[in-house]
Amino acid sequence: MQISINGNLKQFDGENMTISALIVTLNLTGKRLAIEKNGEIVPRSQFSETKLHDGDKLEIVGAVGGG
Amino acid sequence: MSEQLIIAGKPYHSRLLVGTGKYKDFVETRAAIDASGAQIVTVAIRRTNIGQIAGEPSLLEYLPSEEFTYLPNTAGCYSADDAVRTLRLARELLDGHKLVKLEVLGDPKTLYPNVIETIAAAKILVKDGFDVMVYTSDDPIIAKQLEDIGCCAVMPLASLIGSGMGILNPWNLQIIIENAKIPVLVDAGVGCAGDAAIAMELGCDGVLMNTAIAAAHDPIMMAGAMKKAIEAGRESFLAGRMPKKLYSASPSSPTAGMIS
Repeated sequence: MQISINGNLKQFDGENMTISALIVTLNLTGKRLAIEKNGEIVPRSQFSETKLHDGDKLEIVGAVGGG
Repeated sequence: MSEQLIIAGKPYHSRLLVGTGKYKDFVETRAAIDASGAQIVTVAIRRTNIGQIAGEPSLLEYLPSEEFTYLPNTAGCYSADDAVRTLRLARELLDGHKLVKLEVLGDPKTLYPNVIETIAAAKILVKDGFDVMVYTSDDPIIAKQLEDIGCCAVMPLASLIGSGMGILNPWNLQIIIENAKIPVLVDAGVGCAGDAAIAMELGCDGVLMNTAIAAAHDPIMMAGAMKKAIEAGRESFLAGRMPKKLYSASPSSPTAGMIS
């Protein structure tokens, strides 16, 4: 399946990958981040039960330096 | 000093709020913030670098939440919708954190705020339970409207973001301060410690700055200078300055007892 992550298209094998699994795949385990799926925030508590589908659009954000 | 800045019900002994951008690295960021004595630090919300190396340090690890109050901002947002979306992500990112800095820009060249979009975003955010510190122009009417909407602090610019031009309209700031029942902080435009002291002498409750420290030749020394300037300016305001006169027939030394 193909998922847009932060504006970039990425291919993943198989269907029904959860957000938790995606975080592991992207090497983001333990990172402080917030995720929006198709414009809706996915609470951290729901990462393990939220499944991704072909065509989903994700925004994965963190805190950076700013004024 | 027992005299504290209260923002959204929480007391702070430092009246200097600082940004975390434009530093060489996180070590310098941390050192400058320590020297500034700031307790509230702004952070931006941005897309995570997907290709990053596992274990790479992040800003928040250098500024732990046990030591600092985060102030996520909406820097780079040009619409109310984008600003609201960004701060909802920030709230999720920071475990339900409510205190935010709203800024909606109107123009990438000047970074002048778009007050119409700012007002629209403020209404949504306040209704949504956020404690909104709002960056705005130095228009006293807009500042009052933002207060009436329910923002917890109003933050007019001294001059444009990153310009270092100092306080261009002290008269408008004075009107804003006189009218406000919520804290008024100067945000943006401060260039040197003197500017920060002037803001505080006008009666501002605090100052928020980033570039003035980060772009100084020695950011850490400037952070210390800003801390002192904020404290000096505040005490100067509280002490009450002498009246200005064009001249005075009252010398500081006694007129009696002169030798002849």
